[in-house]
Amino acid sequence: MADSIRLEVTRYRPETDSEPQFQEYDVPLRKEWTILDGLNHVKDEVDTTLSFRWSCRMGICGSCGMNVDGEPKLTCATFLSDYAPGPVRVEPLGNFPVVRDLVVDLYDFMEKLPRVKPWIIRDDDVTVVDGEYLQTPEELDAYKQFSMCINCMLCYAACPVYALDPDFIGPAAIALAERYDLDSRDQGARERLDVLIEHDGVWGCTFVGECSAVCPKDVDPAGAIQRYKLKAAQESVKAVLLPRGAR
Amino acid sequence: MTEVRVYHRPVSVWWWTKKRSYFVFVMRELSSIFIAWFVVYLLVLIAAVGRSEAAYQDFLDWAGTPWVVVLNVVASLFLVLHVVTWFNLTPQAMVVRLRGERAPAAMVIASQYVGLAVVSAFVYWLVTR
Repeated sequence: MADSIRLEVTRYRPETDSEPQFQEYDVPLRKEWTILDGLNHVKDEVDTTLSFRWSCRMGICGSCGMNVDGEPKLTCATFLSDYAPGPVRVEPLGNFPVVRDLVVDLYDFMEKLPRVKPWIIRDDDVTVVDGEYLQTPEELDAYKQFSMCINCMLCYAACPVYALDPDFIGPAAIALAERYDLDSRDQGARERLDVLIEHDGVWGCTFVGECSAVCPKDVDPAGAIQRYKLKAAQESVKAVLLPRGAR
Repeated sequence: MTEVRVYHRPVSVWWWTKKRSYFVFVMRELSSIFIAWFVVYLLVLIAAVGRSEAAYQDFLDWAGTPWVVVLNVVASLFLVLHVVTWFNLTPQAMVVRLRGERAPAAMVIASQYVGLAVVSAFVYWLVTR
């Protein structure tokens, strides 16, 4: 194994650059080093001006998502040795505006997420004093997969629908809506459906499936969206066929 | 707050050629046009059969012309792509429960091929009996 590998890193300095460019850095190629370790080596030893986001280094905070050789990846879980002999292209996460170097603007998602009401909604006025909501292991299993989302935005970076139509509410937001819909303690499915059957909701999705392919937590947003479509379609049919009381 | 000048990266018209999965997706979308073609083809066939023996013969002559044969060969390939890709995607879209357990993806996919075989056998029997 060679002892170093070349990173081709996107640089964008809004005060001087009109568009992003690539800058090359050679970093040590060590078996246990991730792309993030390589970037931190650059930041600490080579070029302190390089900007990128990271935090936990263990695939749970969801901050270090970047496009590595064109694929959305958590850079803390992507090893340099898998790209040897290199070079490796490290770019900001796709489909988001670039703020600086590898840092992208996630404001769009922050605005969309609360629209699907990703919290437990109840019809009754039960308070903490009344005790906890009980749930069986089977009821937990029903939504657990979708609750693993870490909002890393890799799914948005992989989604060509979001790239072409930024109004699309997107994979993670819909998967999180499904997470609460499937929760036995929740009664807010109707409210979320009203948001998701809008033009920018589930029907925007054409089932490319790349969101699920790149998800580092196996959440399967594509599956959640198709299941939502099925639900929405059933609701529409019911609305036509059944009298109001039976819906 | 300081105004930040963000950079919006343009989306290339050729985005779907950049990744195999994107390309397969676009081909799958395109396959719907050929499915529509086969529906039209079938309707024209039925109309000809219903009209007269001569009309049916005319249809067969038209169907044998080189461009229709080429079109149907291409459409058949897209039909196979359509069937395989959508059948493969079904387990993701549909949760089938058997005795409380989620049915394995392979079983959902296999049951669709069984369904296709049964329907095809029925149609074959109907036409050739």
